[in-house]
Amino acid sequence: MTSPLTSLTARYLTDEHDAFRAMCRRFTESVLIPGIQQWEEDEFTPKDIWRQAGDAGMLGPTLPAELGGGGGDALHALVWTEEVMRCGSGGLLSGLGSLEIALPAIVHLGTPEQQERWVRPVTSGQRVAALGITEPSAGSDVAGLRTRAVREGDDYVINGSKTFITSGIHADQVTVLARTSDDRHGGLTFFVVQTDSPGFSVSKALKKTGWRASDTAELSFDDVRVPVANRIGAEGTGFVQLMRTFEGERLALAAQGCAIAQICYEDALSYARQRTAFGKTLTGFQVTRHKLATMATRVVTAKALTYAVAEQMRQGIACPVEAAMAKNTAADIAMTVSYDAVQILGGAGYMRETRVERLSRDARLLPIGGGTSEVMNEIIGKGLGL
Amino acid sequence: MKIGVCIKSTPDTSSRIQINPGGDDLSEAGVKWATSPYDMFAIEEAVQTKEATGGEVILFSASHQDTSKEVRKALALGPDSAVCIQDDGLAKADSLSFATSLAKAIEAEGCTLVFTGKRASDGNNIQVPAMVAELLGWPHVSFVTDFELDGESFKAVRAVGGGVEEVITGNLPVVITAERGLNSPRYAKLPMIVKAKKKPLATKSLADLGLTADDVAPIVTLSNYEPPAERGDCIILEGDAATTAKELVRRLREEAKVL
Ligand SMILES: Cc1cc2nc3c(=O)[nH]c(=O)nc-3n(C[C@H](O)[C@H](O)[C@H](O)COP(=O)(O)OP(=O)(O)OC[C@H]3O[C@@H](n4cnc5c(N)ncnc54)[C@H](O)[C@@H]3O)c2cc1C
Repeated sequence: MTSPLTSLTARYLTDEHDAFRAMCRRFTESVLIPGIQQWEEDEFTPKDIWRQAGDAGMLGPTLPAELGGGGGDALHALVWTEEVMRCGSGGLLSGLGSLEIALPAIVHLGTPEQQERWVRPVTSGQRVAALGITEPSAGSDVAGLRTRAVREGDDYVINGSKTFITSGIHADQVTVLARTSDDRHGGLTFFVVQTDSPGFSVSKALKKTGWRASDTAELSFDDVRVPVANRIGAEGTGFVQLMRTFEGERLALAAQGCAIAQICYEDALSYARQRTAFGKTLTGFQVTRHKLATMATRVVTAKALTYAVAEQMRQGIACPVEAAMAKNTAADIAMTVSYDAVQILGGAGYMRETRVERLSRDARLLPIGGGTSEVMNEIIGKGLGL
Repeated sequence: MKIGVCIKSTPDTSSRIQINPGGDDLSEAGVKWATSPYDMFAIEEAVQTKEATGGEVILFSASHQDTSKEVRKALALGPDSAVCIQDDGLAKADSLSFATSLAKAIEAEGCTLVFTGKRASDGNNIQVPAMVAELLGWPHVSFVTDFELDGESFKAVRAVGGGVEEVITGNLPVVITAERGLNSPRYAKLPMIVKAKKKPLATKSLADLGLTADDVAPIVTLSNYEPPAERGDCIILEGDAATTAKELVRRLREEAKVL
């Protein structure tokens, strides 16, 4: 009998997705799980893990195979997320996934030379890439960003700062969105800044509630001089390109929410089956069974919507509104299901050694990162013609 | 040179094995199938050998059921093609039935070097590779931890216990069974998985191989399966190490009668 947790979504997956899942699972079990407890405590994952992930073909499942990526579709991205998330850390997942948001601009707008230089070495794990959009004074309001790139001869001189940047400490290159003119949306342009450039510095390593295995940083650009060859696409093409990247990022975060919720449900179930109180297991109490039933229903709800959106994306149908709906739904469900799982584990659920403790902290990021729930609702509202 | 690899689809190590109601066989319901773990080392060694010396790698599997899904996954690791022997005549197969079918297929393809895992994770019989070699009239080296090929001559290292290694040299053809440590099996990257969909995979019946049901009739029949007896109560001996050790030996000798 297929599990109700997977029966509604199994139809979307082929043998090829299954084979990919087996490969991802092997990598997670042999490389990520043995180290994750330490990396979460250290709030840092060794850079060698990116190299190992690159060797195994684990980096960039949806980036083009010609550039060293997996060449997969949105459903491969879901499978990848579900399996990497089995390591129990949203932070590690996001660190290994930062190239999926950093590279699309170069893949879509870059020249073949730029792609050879900044995509292939990242998909192979030799270099780490980060995406720098958010600034201390502009987050949701992307077009309000102030980092400036000023043309001087064959160079641009970049000044400003970026914050909350995933993989910001490990990064060898940052895909930076900067202002090249005062036109609010039409004045934004992408640049690749190599982190060994004079004037670039990591101004702060940030300490976080969750996602601890991921290095998050504030970056500072002080007269950083980059050649015109580092500009990605024509001037002013940055905003539109960023909007293209968002759909995939939101699906990835929805998938992370689904995976967090499912793991929390499973851990809570196995705990409730063996923990006894007042002479019976926790599953002997109807209130626990009902809680678990509701948790499972929420997991299935989030997955059904997220898989349906992924399938639409796989078919090449744009669905930014539906992706925003999936992200909000999965984020809320990850929050409530991880909360309930902690409750079922009682004191153990509040202790660092349990997975649900960590996941309940990791889940809190989901309604914030990659566009807040409020911003998603703005997109949904517009899509509904409100 | 054609290099063969015999692989077996076995229940995934996380599968729960159940016995049929009649007790005459194991139930296949709900079992997730995967290539037996030791076979992964065999595939990797074959592919590395091909990469070093040229030639092609052919996978072989034999079963009464459709193993093409697992075999297709294995093709993503670098082999060039596969032969899946599938026939109802293998429903009650024993080691010799499998070996007979595999040897025939290997012969038909003209392989001169064959790798297999050292054992399959389901039956654990460690019989098929030696039988295949015997039926082909080839030598066989088991539990190999290091393998080198130089033209037609090979060198195989096998661990014989106690940290002692045996080095065996000889000429092709040969059957080699892979021990853990022979290599580190590669990951099947997504583009390789996609490519594997187009690799030739031939499904053959026993008749296609020129075999009859009689040729593969099992000589071993399994009549009854029973789950292992429930573990009895655990006795915990109290006291210091010297007394409990003495008491443990006494009980093992006098009560359990195992010493
Ligand atoms: C762990 C982590 C990793 C991150 N990684 C990256 C990264 O790799 N690269 C990157 O560029 N950024 C990254 N971010 C930044 C992230 O995208 C932003 O935090 C997010 O977009 C929100 O921006 P903000 O923090 O500036 O909040 P603000 O935009 O200041 O929002 C504050 C509050 O105001 C609300 N609000 C804002 N505008 C509206 C509106 N129009 N209507 C209603 N409510 C509104 C928001 O919903 C929110 O509740 C990361 C953030 C975190 C926490």
